[in-house]
Amino acid sequence: MADAAAPNAAASAAAAIDRALAAATPADVAAGRRSPEALAAAIADAAPRLARGQALVEAERCLYCWDAPCQQACPTGIDVPGFIRRIADDNLRGAARTILSANPFGGTCARACPTEVLCEQVCVRNLQQGKPVEIGRLQRYATDAVMSRPVTALFSRAAATGRRIAVVGAGPAGLTCAFELARRGHEVVVHDLRDLPGGLNEYGLATYKMAGDFAQAEAAWLLGIGGIGWQPGWELETAAQLAELRASFDAVYLAVGLAGTHRLGIDGESLHGVHDAVAFIATLRQAKTPEALARLAVGRRVVVIGGGMTAVDVAVQSRLLGAERVDIVYRRGPEKMGASAAEREWAQKNGVTIHFGLAPLAIDGHGGHASAVRFLPHPGGGDAVRFEADQVFKAIGQKLDESVLASSGLTLLDGRVVTDANGHTGVPHLYAGGDCRAGGRDLTVEAVEDGKRAAAAIHQELLP
Amino acid sequence: MADLRNTFAGIKSPNPFWLASAPPTDKAYNVHRAFEAGWGGVVWKTLGEDGPPIVNVNGPRYGALLTPDRRMLGFNNIELITDRPLSVNLDEIREVKRAWPDRALVVSLMVPCTETAWREILARVEDTGADGVELNFGCPHGMSERGMGSAVGQVPEYVEMVTAWCKQHSRMPVIVKLTPNISDIRKPAAAAKAGGADAVSLINTINSIIGVDPVTLQMSPATGGMGTHGGYCGPAVKPIALAMVAEIGRTPETAGLPVSGIGGVAGWRDALDYLALGATNVQVCTAAMAFGFKIVQEMIDGLSDYMDEMGFATTAAFQGRALSSVTDWQYLNLEAVSKAVIDQDKCIQCGRCHIACEDTSHQAISAVKDGRRLFEVKEDECVGCNLCVTVCPVPDCITLRTLSPGEVDRRTGKPLSAQPADWTTHPNNPMRKAA
Repeated sequence: MADAAAPNAAASAAAAIDRALAAATPADVAAGRRSPEALAAAIADAAPRLARGQALVEAERCLYCWDAPCQQACPTGIDVPGFIRRIADDNLRGAARTILSANPFGGTCARACPTEVLCEQVCVRNLQQGKPVEIGRLQRYATDAVMSRPVTALFSRAAATGRRIAVVGAGPAGLTCAFELARRGHEVVVHDLRDLPGGLNEYGLATYKMAGDFAQAEAAWLLGIGGIGWQPGWELETAAQLAELRASFDAVYLAVGLAGTHRLGIDGESLHGVHDAVAFIATLRQAKTPEALARLAVGRRVVVIGGGMTAVDVAVQSRLLGAERVDIVYRRGPEKMGASAAEREWAQKNGVTIHFGLAPLAIDGHGGHASAVRFLPHPGGGDAVRFEADQVFKAIGQKLDESVLASSGLTLLDGRVVTDANGHTGVPHLYAGGDCRAGGRDLTVEAVEDGKRAAAAIHQELLP
Repeated sequence: MADLRNTFAGIKSPNPFWLASAPPTDKAYNVHRAFEAGWGGVVWKTLGEDGPPIVNVNGPRYGALLTPDRRMLGFNNIELITDRPLSVNLDEIREVKRAWPDRALVVSLMVPCTETAWREILARVEDTGADGVELNFGCPHGMSERGMGSAVGQVPEYVEMVTAWCKQHSRMPVIVKLTPNISDIRKPAAAAKAGGADAVSLINTINSIIGVDPVTLQMSPATGGMGTHGGYCGPAVKPIALAMVAEIGRTPETAGLPVSGIGGVAGWRDALDYLALGATNVQVCTAAMAFGFKIVQEMIDGLSDYMDEMGFATTAAFQGRALSSVTDWQYLNLEAVSKAVIDQDKCIQCGRCHIACEDTSHQAISAVKDGRRLFEVKEDECVGCNLCVTVCPVPDCITLRTLSPGEVDRRTGKPLSAQPADWTTHPNNPMRKAA
């Protein structure tokens, strides 16, 4: 009988060893958690384009308010009732022109704007029907309709002025400024560190917000206005570079965004498996096919530290890549969270759990790789809370690389460039806008408005 | 449950909702279905004289004025009268009437303007057991080019003559259907009465073109690249029809002539409008063509519930009740002054009232107060015109308050008299009568 018992005992011991090994197993970070087919569906449009019938019915809900609150709430001041009425009137070209003349990135903003805290928040239909007009989706309906035709079908360039402007940064602010200056007949050269134009539209927004490589389609469409040169792989590293730009161009527009990231400043931050969320999203966005996405490694258990849109974007995309468990852990309460209620709901709908009031304490490791994150209740302290993690994403905000700018005579406030309302820095012919400018909310739509205003101011300065 | 039983021109029906002479009443199949759904009566689609049937176009016969969400505001047709043989129609009429003895079955007729033609067809219709005839003097398209339909209805003398023939050659009640394509509806109505008509029905359709195709720049809809004006009906025409029905009801010469109200009836409220302005029943077509026959059930139910709420036992209790409130402009009381009142709790801040008043009326609604978006009536400017009430998207948010006698109209600074005063005695009227 003892002989018979022995294998059982051995099996039991082996199982115990397996369990112990599993507990101590290096992080489970793997590619191919989902098939390319499943990924293709997962990253499809979060809110697909409205069909014509839907658009007409939705457009009919617009009351054509006087001095419309939605238009006032839009940082770019789009004539919302005007474009919606044009949709209802079957004048999609006019609708798109109305949008794009106020906001050249009307297509991206239709997808990425937190409309629930901007135009749609103040829609009077909220008061009457508890549901705003779906302005964002109508805007997309109209702007999509003109993307198949050249930009020159809507906008033309003024006669050449002979003036040249350098734009640094090909994100929404930089490209808007370039587009608006090109329309006015100026020559523009856009400089950017990356290979592709678009800035965060191309490297930062979530895949499902910009389905179908929309960022590139939109950038190419806008650049079709003509007169805009493209200088990729150009990084602003020294004050001398900026001085040279100022010397060789009539004006310079800085729209460099916030390339740096904050550090948590806690133990374990340099362990393997701890990443900046923005870098991960950039990688993810450049995986432009479902097959390429399937090759991206993602943790089985993911912890995201932070509370902004980036936190939600990285958390949801981790889930879509196949992470089994994703926790967003935020230091403060929901009311302080950068991600709107709609974004939080989107995260929860995608199986992400959000925790509030927990400040990161340390990242534990195993074999040089992150294995868990410990948090302390905040404020007030208490017993630490531990989340197992195969992968940790830091989404605690970005910052400006100040050294070059400070030494170029720019005034900085809270780590950003101080300008007047038109983006003028106080340094002759030097303007700045977008996320690198002090005073904004880091919204795409504000960056666009910055670029628009700066272009008008530069034009005014060069050709008074 | 209120008693909806109805007697119109001596014809009984269980409710006042009839289907008008039109495609829905072209054959037994449809009419059986209509009666199964609950319609009180049917006016069979117009029969023509015996012989080769007329033909219709085989392209678009209908066009419509639609809202962006494709609700039908107005409807246009170029269908002619029945294109089936007369004997087939008559056989079916006989069969249907036998199957539905409690429902009204009236036959619409349109034959050339000769006594012989009318006499011959009347005899054959009477033989079917139908309850009455409706003389189609209204169709404005196609048949009118051949001297029938509205070509007759536009000449009061013809109306009287043909009506008299029909009364002479038939025992059936004769209903004369009037065309609105005429400047004074009282003339053909009076002619019908003079000819001995038992009732009139109105309105038939209004000459109409729906629009133009923006690409081909042809009128729309078109058949083979060409179109012709049609007859317009549906909700958009109801106000026109109501005005005509009221004119007949309040004109001494035609008052008391039974009226069947037609035009834009899609619900019980529409029927109420017609009945309160003097009609005895209503006829429906467009709503049935848009939604099918079942909608009569909502009409019946709605009217019945309304009557219960109001304590009306029969439709006679309120029929014509609104007529006394219709008068000529000159008799309107100029001492009755209204001011708009905005219910701030209901206001959603759209500003439509402000911009409508500011741009197009009396600059009587302010938009900002203490730097805040707030819409308030300026009583010293408001003339009570009702524009803001009509443009406000929120029901009952803006209402008109009638000032009490003695109250000062802040626009004129004058107190209002309890004594009504109209234009006939107004000092600005050079033709005024002595007060």
